[in-house]
Amino acid sequence: MRFKTFFAFVAPSVFMMTLFIALPLVSVFIQSFQITQPVMQQLEVETCTPGFITQTCVTELKTVPIIGDDGKIQTTTQWVGLQSYRNVLQMDKVWEALSSGRLGDILQIDFWKALRFTLMFTLLTLPLVIGVGLLIALTVNNAARAFRGPVIFVSLLPFIVTPVIGALSIYWLFVGDGILTAMMERWSGTNISMFAQAWTIELLMYFYRVWHVAPFAFVIFYAGLQTVNMDTLESAVIDGASRWERLRHVIIPHLMPLIVFIALIHLMDCYRVFDEIIGFRAQAHVISLQWLTVDFLTPDDAGNRAIARASASAMLTMIGIVFLLILPLRRTWRDHKGGAH
Amino acid sequence: MSTTSKAMRQSFALRFSSNAFLVFWCVIAAFPILWIAVMSVKSPVDAFAQNPMDVIMGPNTLARGDGLSILDIILGLAVLYFAIRWMFTRLPALVARYSPSGWIVLGWLIGAAIYALAFLLVFFGLLPLILAPLNAVLGPLGDPVLGLTTQHYIAVWGENEFYRNFLNSMLVTAGVVTISLTVGTLAGYGLARSGSDLAFWLLILALIFRALPHSVLVAGYLPWFINSAEILRPLFGDLSPTLYGQPWAVIAVLVSINQPFTIWMLRSFFQNIPAELDEAARVDGCSHFQAFRRVIMPVMWPGVITTGLFSFLLGYNDYLVTSLLLDAQNQTMVPAIAGYFNRETTTTDQVEAVAAAVSITAPLFLLVMVFQRQIVSGLTAGAVKG
Repeated sequence: MRFKTFFAFVAPSVFMMTLFIALPLVSVFIQSFQITQPVMQQLEVETCTPGFITQTCVTELKTVPIIGDDGKIQTTTQWVGLQSYRNVLQMDKVWEALSSGRLGDILQIDFWKALRFTLMFTLLTLPLVIGVGLLIALTVNNAARAFRGPVIFVSLLPFIVTPVIGALSIYWLFVGDGILTAMMERWSGTNISMFAQAWTIELLMYFYRVWHVAPFAFVIFYAGLQTVNMDTLESAVIDGASRWERLRHVIIPHLMPLIVFIALIHLMDCYRVFDEIIGFRAQAHVISLQWLTVDFLTPDDAGNRAIARASASAMLTMIGIVFLLILPLRRTWRDHKGGAH
Repeated sequence: MSTTSKAMRQSFALRFSSNAFLVFWCVIAAFPILWIAVMSVKSPVDAFAQNPMDVIMGPNTLARGDGLSILDIILGLAVLYFAIRWMFTRLPALVARYSPSGWIVLGWLIGAAIYALAFLLVFFGLLPLILAPLNAVLGPLGDPVLGLTTQHYIAVWGENEFYRNFLNSMLVTAGVVTISLTVGTLAGYGLARSGSDLAFWLLILALIFRALPHSVLVAGYLPWFINSAEILRPLFGDLSPTLYGQPWAVIAVLVSINQPFTIWMLRSFFQNIPAELDEAARVDGCSHFQAFRRVIMPVMWPGVITTGLFSFLLGYNDYLVTSLLLDAQNQTMVPAIAGYFNRETTTTDQVEAVAAAVSITAPLFLLVMVFQRQIVSGLTAGAVKG
């Protein structure tokens, strides 16, 4: 295929990705060094309240935004360098906490709190998803043929359900005296509230994510299991390999590329954990990096959006993506070069 | 197989625990979703009762006069069973007969809409009319035993005007699916048939874009979208739109966010179509575009439908982009649910939120039922090619 034809085919897609992915990235990068504020002026304002005999008048200096000719508040944009990053990272507080030895204080700062949760969430759910997915795939492969279709249907439900709704459906089972909380209270004899402290919410979030993603891993592993070489398995049996050894030395190596694939997708998706926070209404206790950016972007009570801080936090989130993708990308590059020769 | 079966035979304990785990998983997988469906048709006291049996049987709902008799349940299930059977056995043939050739997709859309309408009419219009006198005649068999009320659904769809959010969701989703498939199919075909380094780099770039958190991108759009009327004024004059709050701007954003995934997936589908097919067409004197239109398009539909399903899910399930880029007047369904959080003060509000959540899930449930095979093949196709 000549370059011109190739270009004609991919042009619409490339155009959209440039306009709506590449350019916004540049824009975010620039915004993170700028700050846009309304232009303020100080006015002497005399306010009078009716009093007995004479009016009581107070003159005070007020700071008000300048209204432009078009009736809108005038704004200026300044270059502030790394100021927004400093606002997000709050390094002074971090150093303070480090020097005084109270490491827990670092986790009081929003960004570090979000980073801690995002990383822990990503790394803890990864082995669980792969393990549970593999277990379901093995058991489905083991089940009678007639049951496989219905089981796949039921398994797809958690995967396909809207993430916010999925999280909500679990939230409603545990909220207040929801039936599962009530059941746990009956068993333990103590009063339990699942949404009053961070660690129980986090547990539910891990559970939700595994519930949501394990079907994806299961379907892929199940497809992989259909192509396991039966001859190899049989020779392993003849060599006296136990069931566990067969799994360990024949099946898992066969599934290894799929495990890598699922791990990569899972890392990408987990790193941007967001919907759980909304569904579990966890923002008071647990927040993630993506939630932090969205929170900056949401208008506050005065209707202002902290675009500069959002951009800084977005750029910091991107640094994590680079670390996440560096290994798989190097591998792909080596494969590509190897395949070319 | 018969020789290996003895060596491969599993002990009873292993088979039992394997199947037990499977049952356990199915319960966990389905329980939260089924349970909110049960909660949504009970009165608030029953829905948040501590005893599971109370939630299922709904004594309080029953006491308020909303309930089903044994006859209702049996007849209702029978109608449901035959409706679903008919959908899978007769409907495809009918659609195939009445839709003009080449417009099968449109035929399916219309067929599905008519079917849904007829089902709603029969199930919620005709059935209660028939059952009311029957229940009165039958005596003890006709006494209500299971509490069930549709009042929350009526409140959500009627008073709270949830249908507006539904229509917005449909608009955004339909736009996302059609545009991202049109753009993505061309690009996927181009990438699959070109072995150049440029194609490789494009794919790697798409992979990086796939990893970006959506909030990063939205942080890039927001200032531009809010001020777009002034920025575009020199170009379009007074016609220049404010992109913030426009569904079609959100469609464009979601299509772009979805592009990396779409082109990877479609590329792997096109790679499975033998290149000899379009080479033969080229030998016969077709240009690349003609070859694509006459030879590839007729055989590409399975891959396109699968990719379309995943685009649908992205548009339909999105919370982050739509909640930040649309305003309250044209909000889609998923962010609209957040509106219930703020109001959710009484238990009635809570059950209404549950009913709204079930309303959002129901179309997805149907989707899995109809397209299970395509979803599975799509998931695995992505994995095979990496």
